[in-house]
Amino acid sequence: MTLVATPRRMDFSAPLPLRSGATLPPYWLAYETYGELNAERSNAVLVCHALNASHHVAGVYADQPQNRGWWDNMIGPGKPVDTDRFFVIGINNPGSCFGSTGPMHAHPETGEIYGSDFPVMTVEDWVDAQARLLDALGIERLAAVMGGSLGGMQALSWTLQYPERVRNAAVIASAPNLSAENIAFNEVARRAIVTDPDFHDGHFHRHGVVPRRGLRIARMIGHITYLSDAAMNEKFGRELREAVAGSAGGYRFSTRDIEFQIESYLRHQGEKFSDYFDANTYLLITRALDYFDPARAHGGNLAAAFAAARARYLLVSFSTDWRFSPARSREMVEALLEYRREVTYAEIDAPHGHDAFLLDDPRYLGAVRAWFDRIARGLA
Amino acid sequence: MSLGPRLLHIARLVPEGSRVLDLGCGDGALLDFLQREKGCSGYGVELDDANVLACIGRGINVLQLDLEEGLAMFRDASFDVVLQIDTFQHLRHAEAMLRETVRVGRTGIVAFPNFAHWPNRLSVLRGRMPVTRRLPYAWYDTPNIRVGTFRDFQLLADKLGLRTLDAFGLHLGREVRFLPNLRAGTAVFRLEDRGRG
Repeated sequence: MTLVATPRRMDFSAPLPLRSGATLPPYWLAYETYGELNAERSNAVLVCHALNASHHVAGVYADQPQNRGWWDNMIGPGKPVDTDRFFVIGINNPGSCFGSTGPMHAHPETGEIYGSDFPVMTVEDWVDAQARLLDALGIERLAAVMGGSLGGMQALSWTLQYPERVRNAAVIASAPNLSAENIAFNEVARRAIVTDPDFHDGHFHRHGVVPRRGLRIARMIGHITYLSDAAMNEKFGRELREAVAGSAGGYRFSTRDIEFQIESYLRHQGEKFSDYFDANTYLLITRALDYFDPARAHGGNLAAAFAAARARYLLVSFSTDWRFSPARSREMVEALLEYRREVTYAEIDAPHGHDAFLLDDPRYLGAVRAWFDRIARGLA
Repeated sequence: MSLGPRLLHIARLVPEGSRVLDLGCGDGALLDFLQREKGCSGYGVELDDANVLACIGRGINVLQLDLEEGLAMFRDASFDVVLQIDTFQHLRHAEAMLRETVRVGRTGIVAFPNFAHWPNRLSVLRGRMPVTRRLPYAWYDTPNIRVGTFRDFQLLADKLGLRTLDAFGLHLGREVRFLPNLRAGTAVFRLEDRGRG
């Protein structure tokens, strides 16, 4: 049976204080819930999203049967995170472009579209915003928080910011901070957007344009880093889009035509992305990724950052993920061991690179299922 | 869930409330038992996907790591007991792992099939590698990269400067202290770092 999801909106009249010292003026959050909150209010699971995802985590909309939640293979009735047992909440983070207050909306006082004036937000700020929504839903303590990639950073941050409110945390294909190489990829993507003549210092709305060229290139770069070399070779290899008859090797001998399948794929991904993604959101979210570093307040000592944590952790990494590599997850395991925290770590040998966390791998989904089964047994 | 007589006996060697690291913890049955029955806590280390899944199902903390890459992520003396039950025979760097075992644990407990058990000797005398309940694999299709004897292990422990706190054989769940190298299918050693004793 297909889960039918209903997007909801919650308004917050109190401004949100941010790590930068600024505040987010009154705002709203888009969210969805699946399953039933039990009488003890003990079965809530919060799902945190990454860069290109939203509160629409599972199921489809009644009027959009093709619009499937981004983690629908993981969450739903009978799925690894079983909505017959858990009350699952997906929240779109402020600053995103999928329904919550973001740079494409108007400042409530000035009426001006925020554009690049939207305040810079951190992972910690998002967690604060999520906590407020849980307060309003009457959820004091989560059975679990989970997320992949940037979502995993939020799950991790939950256990450090609100240790008493999280019993379990699934941190998947994530890292305790970004490496220099990782920040570098983000910066290239940001430069592509910012140097697009249509960017207009982030106030492109005023000019009725969208910096699509920048967004396309940002997406192309990102996409390369989400895949593994092997997966790309397997899928595209050196295959040509259409070989030119009579031409040596089938090449066109042009520098601008789309000749290789991989070029065609990346351009298609970039094109699609630029249709819906907001340029300022891209800048904001990649910046939040860059800033995340819970060890920083502890002189770089990650174990010290975990000293206050109380949750039981599930960490998962994927062998060919070079953007959030297994070594980064092992760093977190090592830090958790230092204070004898409860941690389970699965390193899945999967060929798909970073994207693996969204795909169907029976070992991965099985591990998450077994871990949530254990949590569900504890609820009874 | 019940443990076999061999694991049950080994569980008896682990003091109540110990911090335990179980290297090559398999499906997690021993660690699960130690947690439930003896108030122990800790982690299992396992490489095999199916075993990792079984451990998660039991609700024990399992870390999917390759023991051949060492135990660098574990601090000195961070566990009361480090277990290596039927793990030793699968490791290429067995010497390094023994040293690591007593570095990370205050005591190490190592158990492995004793190749000098008399039926094995008899089989070799007849010119055939043994296939027994304890060593159930054909010589050409075995996950064991080595076999060793009770006596061999004693010499290795001495060579590595490990203090043997206790050593005995196990057979059909019973302790064998008289001629264990001949009479026991399993060798069990309780070790510690000589520097620590």
